[in-house]
Amino acid sequence: MKLHELTIAQASGLLKNKEITSVELTRAILDRIEAVDGRVGAYLTVDADGAMAQAKAADQRLADGDAAPLTGIPLGIKDLICTQGLRTTCASKILENFIPPYDATVISRLKNAGAVIVGKLNMDEFAMGSTTEHSGFQVTRNPWNLDRIPGGSSGGSAAAVAADMCLGALGSDTGGSIRQPASHCGVVGIKPTYGRVSRFGLVAFASSLDQIGPLGKTVADCAIMLDAIAGHDPRDSTSVPEPVPTFSAIAENGLSDVVVGIPREYSSAHGLDPQVGAAVERAVKTIESLGARCIEVSLPHTDYAVAAYYVIAPSEASSNLARYDGVKYGFRDRTQTDLLQMYRSTRTQGFGPEVQRRIILGTYALSAGYYDAYYGKASQIRTLIKNDFQTAFASCDAIISPVAPTPAYPIGETLDDPLTMYLSDIFTLSANLAGIPGISVPCGFSDDGLPIGLQIMGRHFNESMLFQIARQFERAATLTDKKPLL
Amino acid sequence: MEFTPVIGLEVHAQLKTRTKIFCSCSTAFGAPPNTHTCPVCLGMPGVLPVLNKKVVDYTIKMALATHCTVQPESRFARKNYFYPDLPKGYQISQYELPIATGGYLDIDVDGRSLRIGITRIHMEEDAGKLIHDPDRPISRVDLNRTGTPLMEIVSEPDIRSPEAAGEYLRRLRAILRYLDISDGNMEEGSFRCDANISIMPDGSTVFGTRAEVKNLNSFKHVEKALYYEIARQKEILLDGGQVVQETRLWQPDKGQTVSMRGKEDAHDYRYFPDPDLLPLVIDDGWVDRMRAQMPELPAQRQARYMADYGLSPADARVLTGSRELSDYFEACLAVFDQPKTVANWIMGDLLGLLNTRGVEIENTPVSPENLAGLLELLDADVISGKIAKTVFEAMAETGRPAKTIVEEKGLVQVSDTSAIDPIVDAVIAGSPDEVERYRGGQKKLMGFFVGQVMKQTRGKANPKVVNEILAKKLG
Repeated sequence: MKLHELTIAQASGLLKNKEITSVELTRAILDRIEAVDGRVGAYLTVDADGAMAQAKAADQRLADGDAAPLTGIPLGIKDLICTQGLRTTCASKILENFIPPYDATVISRLKNAGAVIVGKLNMDEFAMGSTTEHSGFQVTRNPWNLDRIPGGSSGGSAAAVAADMCLGALGSDTGGSIRQPASHCGVVGIKPTYGRVSRFGLVAFASSLDQIGPLGKTVADCAIMLDAIAGHDPRDSTSVPEPVPTFSAIAENGLSDVVVGIPREYSSAHGLDPQVGAAVERAVKTIESLGARCIEVSLPHTDYAVAAYYVIAPSEASSNLARYDGVKYGFRDRTQTDLLQMYRSTRTQGFGPEVQRRIILGTYALSAGYYDAYYGKASQIRTLIKNDFQTAFASCDAIISPVAPTPAYPIGETLDDPLTMYLSDIFTLSANLAGIPGISVPCGFSDDGLPIGLQIMGRHFNESMLFQIARQFERAATLTDKKPLL
Repeated sequence: MEFTPVIGLEVHAQLKTRTKIFCSCSTAFGAPPNTHTCPVCLGMPGVLPVLNKKVVDYTIKMALATHCTVQPESRFARKNYFYPDLPKGYQISQYELPIATGGYLDIDVDGRSLRIGITRIHMEEDAGKLIHDPDRPISRVDLNRTGTPLMEIVSEPDIRSPEAAGEYLRRLRAILRYLDISDGNMEEGSFRCDANISIMPDGSTVFGTRAEVKNLNSFKHVEKALYYEIARQKEILLDGGQVVQETRLWQPDKGQTVSMRGKEDAHDYRYFPDPDLLPLVIDDGWVDRMRAQMPELPAQRQARYMADYGLSPADARVLTGSRELSDYFEACLAVFDQPKTVANWIMGDLLGLLNTRGVEIENTPVSPENLAGLLELLDADVISGKIAKTVFEAMAETGRPAKTIVEEKGLVQVSDTSAIDPIVDAVIAGSPDEVERYRGGQKKLMGFFVGQVMKQTRGKANPKVVNEILAKKLG
């Protein structure tokens, strides 16, 4: 087996048994990036020297017998998670040369675990988009079909994992930005419960919805990565001091005690591709065959979720992105001498059209006279959606749905049609509004060979249940051996 | 036609916590620019605020001192606007759900007690400072002050005169200093005030259109600016015009207010709850802990001085007007336990001295121990009242104890009759006319004789003893 094709679990075993070294593994990943990233475009920054140095340090730790599961494992990081001394752009021209003087908490934790940070991955600018076309720098292509989008906004993360350019990656999910690209690229991605993982050092898009999570080749790999990054952080007031179980200790004893809910409203969702619907139905049958009981549940306010989300997220974004004003760091139009003109010109040149669109939307929604009708109403809907899930979870342990209504579509298709792009978030963004965890696990392929993902959502802080169902489904579905041909 | 002013005040007080409100940077004043900063207060990408609990402690204390209700749940909100001294592009403040509401403050104006309602108290972060280059069209940004905790105290429009506004501010400031939560220094900007003012015809209950006046950076300027505004608005109304709702800037050098922006140019701050901070939950236990730490406040001290020391309401108010003065008074009492005497000396000689020299009580050249020491010497008849004044002046010059000064200058009072007798005899012998007139019934000439003896002894003779001897010898 080629080193870059290893899963984290496999590589970790080989490293511990001294059958391979992290230097060899990291070299293999850098070679793989060299070989295929010209076609995929997943990385914005590759830190070859830094990665090799970390690999050497990891080998020392392994030699000292002081290794954690991620020691020596090469990982990629979405480029809106701050890495000390390593350029962090958020795929935006406005932060093109921004080098953070601090690590995000998740990065400190990965470094403490001995992981090797290979580089920074492309995304939709400031995580705004579902295609990774809205990057200020480059388009990332789907490794399964280079004419298709990889999904987004963590498209670079999903594509890099799918194309074996890292063993695992971190992404962030505000409305589906981990799960949807994982689905489109045929990898596993989990958005943890809001508050499970520290947001300190995650450049904010919509603070009440953002959550960092891992993308990996397998369910087990995601669990190993989540083990390393989860847990309360005093630097993030919204991180929750809940006990963190060992997620990688996945229950393997069947699903006979598990009740799975199928939301009635999702089958009639706008734009659901029949092939996706069929793949999800087959997945439900497989899960039933593993012993789970499937019941119908209702999430009556689903129809309002997209509208509420596209008020709340841009509102928060309009405020979160105000700091990119050209004064202290990042891009500034130095030709301007008037303050107001400097602000206008800097932000007009520095932000791409999708980011500008959302800043304008959010600014409008928060304006005097409109606040109650938009932000206020959307917040009320959010409460109703939370209540929907609470009611549903009274009768089931997990909820199953598609991740995206269609497989990955052609690059360029929604560029001039943001509304269609927004509507494609229908199955994922409710989990963000409700703060619950959701995982995407591959469940099939379309007729033209594009991956389709299955979403499993759970109760607050019950990621373990998602790992349990996803892991057993993954084993039964036997889809992980299939690789994109690059 | 006469008008009644209607005034409401918004006060910003810098809280003297050791660290900033949302990060652990120092709040110390006067450091080189941008040295008390970190990624959090600089608003770098991805950083998050963490609330300094001391700020909440302090604000709860202020809420208790002003009879406000501490809200069991309050929220931080973002106030969005662009300015180079505001690195995040928004200020974290409180808006719809402030920490405390519905209190009051009692003040005395011209011997009348007035109750001024307090609408709300909330917490927020301060912005940085811009330093404009006088020679070139550039501005520099200093973010040391960014994130310094502020408490905003908003009054009801209950104030009816500039004097009452001044008194309200002085009282607020006194409370802040008694609580030891703010320096309350207007000139240095740790205590800032904006005023909302309108006028209405006497007897009316319908408020007029108000103007907001900014840049009031001393107590004196607050009263001056309010007088100016009252006159300005009165003139408009008497001319048949209408006051415009606007924000006006006080120009202290010109003694006038000028329009800054009208209602239509008012900022839309697009407030919304800050998603980075959880709702602030304050349980009874927290409030009770703060209540237990409350020091005696000015109103309580004033009542105690009246009840226990028999001071008049006016004297008690003067002495409790600032914590420093009140503490001075009590430090004196700890050595010399005659409250009325101490009060008289503080309000007369000491405040007179400080006033002349233009210094605050904190920098008094006469320490409470020294003043008490002087009063002890006076009380024990070691020195006379007249000599005491001289010694007080010498203490003010040198800062040395009364006893040392008295000993060095030989100012000890002479009560020994054998020393005074010959001087009395000499005075009687040297003033035959006065003696004759005194003996003929002009008893008030006693003062003349005493004066002569005191003059001869350069004030050192004990006046009581002198009187006795004179009375005896003059028959």
